[in-house]
Amino acid sequence: MYRLLERAENTARLIETGQRIALTRLNEPDAEWRPVLQSASVLDAYLAANETVTKDAAVDWLLRSHENPSSVLCCIEQARQNARMVRTALTGDVWEAINAAYMHARETLARKVGERDLPNVLRALRQQAALVRGMTHGTMMRNEIYDFARLGTFIERADNTARILDVKYYVLLPSTLAVGSSIDNVQWESILRSLSAKGGFRMEYGSKLAPREITHFLVLDKRMPRSLAFCTSKIRDNLSYLNRGNREPGPSLRLVSQIEQQYLSHDLDQIFEFGLHEMITELLGAFSGLARQIELDYRFYE
Amino acid sequence: MAECFDEMWGDAGGLRAPYRGFHDWFAEEDPKRLRAKQREAEEIFRLTGITFNVYGRAEAEERLIPFDIVPRIMSGTEWHRLSRGIEQRVRAINAFLHDIYHNQEIVKAGRIPQEMITRNDAFLPHMIGVAPPGGVYTHIVGIDLVCTGEGEFYVLEDNARTPSGVSYMLENRETMLQMFPELFSRNRVQPVQNYPANLRRSLAACAPPAAGVDPVVAVLTPGIFNSAYFEHAFLADQMGVELVEGHDLRVVDGRVAMRTTCGYKAIDVLYRRVDDEFLDPLNFNPESQLGVPGIMDVYRTGGITIANAPGTGIADDKAIYSYMPEIVEFYTGERPLLQNVPTWRCSDPDSLAYVLDNLADLVVKEVHGSGGYGMLVGPTASKKDIAAFRRKLKARPGNYIAQPTLSLSTVPIFSRMGLTPRHVDLRPYVLVSPEGIRITPGGADAGGAEEGIARGQLLSGGRHQGHMGAGGLGRCWARPRMEFSGCIACWSGPRTPRA
Amino acid sequence: MRLTIHHVTSYRFAEPVRFGLQQVRKTPKTTPHQTVVSWRTAITGGKKELSFEDHHNNTTELISLDRDTQILDVLSEGEIEVSDTHGIVGPHRGPAPLWLYSRATPRTEAREQVRALARRLAPGNDLDRLHALCGLIREAVAYETGASEPTWSAEDALSDGRGVCQDHAHIFIACARHLDLPARYVSGYLMMDDTTDQTAMHAWAEAYLDGIGWVGFDVSNGISPDARYVRVATGLDYSDASPITGMRIGGLSETLGVQIKVVQQ
Repeated sequence: MYRLLERAENTARLIETGQRIALTRLNEPDAEWRPVLQSASVLDAYLAANETVTKDAAVDWLLRSHENPSSVLCCIEQARQNARMVRTALTGDVWEAINAAYMHARETLARKVGERDLPNVLRALRQQAALVRGMTHGTMMRNEIYDFARLGTFIERADNTARILDVKYYVLLPSTLAVGSSIDNVQWESILRSLSAKGGFRMEYGSKLAPREITHFLVLDKRMPRSLAFCTSKIRDNLSYLNRGNREPGPSLRLVSQIEQQYLSHDLDQIFEFGLHEMITELLGAFSGLARQIELDYRFYE
Repeated sequence: MAECFDEMWGDAGGLRAPYRGFHDWFAEEDPKRLRAKQREAEEIFRLTGITFNVYGRAEAEERLIPFDIVPRIMSGTEWHRLSRGIEQRVRAINAFLHDIYHNQEIVKAGRIPQEMITRNDAFLPHMIGVAPPGGVYTHIVGIDLVCTGEGEFYVLEDNARTPSGVSYMLENRETMLQMFPELFSRNRVQPVQNYPANLRRSLAACAPPAAGVDPVVAVLTPGIFNSAYFEHAFLADQMGVELVEGHDLRVVDGRVAMRTTCGYKAIDVLYRRVDDEFLDPLNFNPESQLGVPGIMDVYRTGGITIANAPGTGIADDKAIYSYMPEIVEFYTGERPLLQNVPTWRCSDPDSLAYVLDNLADLVVKEVHGSGGYGMLVGPTASKKDIAAFRRKLKARPGNYIAQPTLSLSTVPIFSRMGLTPRHVDLRPYVLVSPEGIRITPGGADAGGAEEGIARGQLLSGGRHQGHMGAGGLGRCWARPRMEFSGCIACWSGPRTPRA
Repeated sequence: MRLTIHHVTSYRFAEPVRFGLQQVRKTPKTTPHQTVVSWRTAITGGKKELSFEDHHNNTTELISLDRDTQILDVLSEGEIEVSDTHGIVGPHRGPAPLWLYSRATPRTEAREQVRALARRLAPGNDLDRLHALCGLIREAVAYETGASEPTWSAEDALSDGRGVCQDHAHIFIACARHLDLPARYVSGYLMMDDTTDQTAMHAWAEAYLDGIGWVGFDVSNGISPDARYVRVATGLDYSDASPITGMRIGGLSETLGVQIKVVQQ
């Protein structure tokens, strides 16, 4: 359920970013939605169901389509379904928060959401998800259940950040010709926005956007709560809590240490030398391998 | 309506003593505030998910239990008298079940005809000679009672299989307590909040020989699509035990064990909310996806307690019901304290003739049915329905019994017109273990919509009231649910189904 | 007569089995006329979880398959001392009450053809009529190995006109119960005079007659069981007494091999 909830929230944030960029650009606004769909990894499915990419159809696909299992509505419905299944593992507060999120989403997403209502709807969705996370943080025992909740959250978040980087990596490359042009500024900003990272970045680096700093911030900065390094370290922490009492680290814990060593313990130059794109592609594979290993280690689907 | 006994106003129209405190409180209240409170209560129910599922409706698959702010109130004396009768009846039912799965003395003594057992589909041969741990067959009983006058109670059904509804009673009480604390300070009310703890204790006291010092208890649910799923999760949560589905369990080292993140862990007592037929695909219905293959074999070797025991359905049989006075007398040596509703067994030709002549005035039930399925309510049925039922009756008379329509008591509900009377029945929950029989001072009740109808179904639109509330349910949430960790983290949605 | 029995059931699965259970009823009964001198069960590819005596007094063993196994061999063997009682098994023993054996099951329901067969019986005492019944059944349903399906009911076999010992027993039981006589299914071993190697267990029926008790009838061979017959499991029909009932997850298809040797010592 936590993975789905995280996905719902990330998708809501992607739509917000897409909407903002579309509104602040001078050229064809519909064109901006293709990379958004791509970042959410739903472009192929979207194109199978729709002929062209339009803003309305894209937003609807991301937000409430039942044909898209990763739509915000589907994720929240499924998260709540999972929560019912594990009702006894959750505190009443967490359950009520997720149930309220579900009831609210079913109501506000029952019909197509008009442009005027979109910002409010998206904000409310993100707040509801945050409430569940807050209740989890404030009321749940710190036991295996909590560890699994966190694992789901961070596996999804790492995956989400990696996907956004995967789609936009080229604007971050040092060799990019159009450095400093306004186009890139917008692209960079959109990356930061879709990861709720704009404020943090400004705090760290001031208002100047530069690709090198952005890359460092999103990949290696362990204080940035959506960076790959941060998510991976959280996954490692939670796996090691689960591993307590065992003399040897389990397979998934070994795997996550390996990921950290192989990809996240280098400096930026080494990463660019290896190839940012190559690294992100490999990392995406490594995260999904890690998810599979956790399933195996903890008998999710036996 | 006027002829019925009203539990608030009595026969003569004078306020009955148990309702005095409530009446004073109600008189001071502003109806507008009460209506707002009622809506508030419904909102709480919706948010906490106190719902039941409706089969076959994709849209509104979860529904709220109707709730009324007026409690049903009984005096301590009245309750005490009822409790004694309930206890006597439950003892007799357990003794009866033991007897028919062993020596069948009651048949040999000629107190009930042999065909009642031999021709009974609810008789489960697999239970022959099996001694359930602690000697308990019906760990949880939900006897349905109706009141027809001052102190006049009848047993409508014994519900010795898997009575549901207790969670609604508990949540109702909790909600009432939050919303109307003053009502509780005026009335000294017996608490019900110990029910989950008592249930757990009672179940643990029935642990099998194989169990350790602290028996492992679990609740087996058919899953989230079952109509009573909320209750299953609620009870597991409140007892602090695992909630499991059939595919979480398997036979390991001669025991039934549940899958956890660190291997299999043996279960000692399984409070199952899955019917006998689906409990074990190896021994019963091979198509069942809800059960645990081999659980009956483990049961027969004393490796697990199944609550309620398989085969208890025979005590719910409506034809057996008609012999309940004889059964109580045979096993307790006492006169039955609770009355049965007069019952015609259609297997008897004279009774059948009478029933066929008076179909329009009678309630006819299937002997194996429960909770209102497959029944005819003569006074409200259409001519067509009666004709159709007549054909069914003639084809298989032994499959039916008939009862008169009783003039059920009424209890007020809070409606737009203020307090209006509504017919109700009462279901107290009874826990049985070697430590004794414990009756929860309260119950769920359901109001039938039509006058004099035996019973509406709790789960399909009947009204649900609290009784004599006090004390709150301390929310002691959740123990680790290790086997569901996949769902908590959730990689890809619900757990994969069985191959 | 002392018989040595050796019985192997071998399963081969096309793919690894994730999980599986088998209920095995192969252990001969201990009765006044039959003594189990020695008996053992050995399993390859699985393990014994538990054993108990069921409500028909059948020794029942529950076996779990090893995870990812592709084979399961269940070997049952031992020595049995049997005395000849001319088919008479004797008084009823619990825990199942005698009346239970008057209950029809889906396999032994007396429908049109069973009732027609019963009508052809001449009046007389019950024992003679049951012996006559055996003859009628053999006439109506020719014994033919492999002709029938294990799921067939008495009525199915009568419709087809062919069957094996299981079908003969079911028809007998259906008729006997129709005539208000308690009857039951028996699965067991039979020492054959011409061969020691067999590929299936044998089945026959027993009926309960006042004053005599349970009496066995081997319809297929037209005789009453004697010292060559070893009673293993009884029940209302095949499903209660079958040597192996199982379920499994995974494994895809299976092939089954059965080897039985019954030898007189």
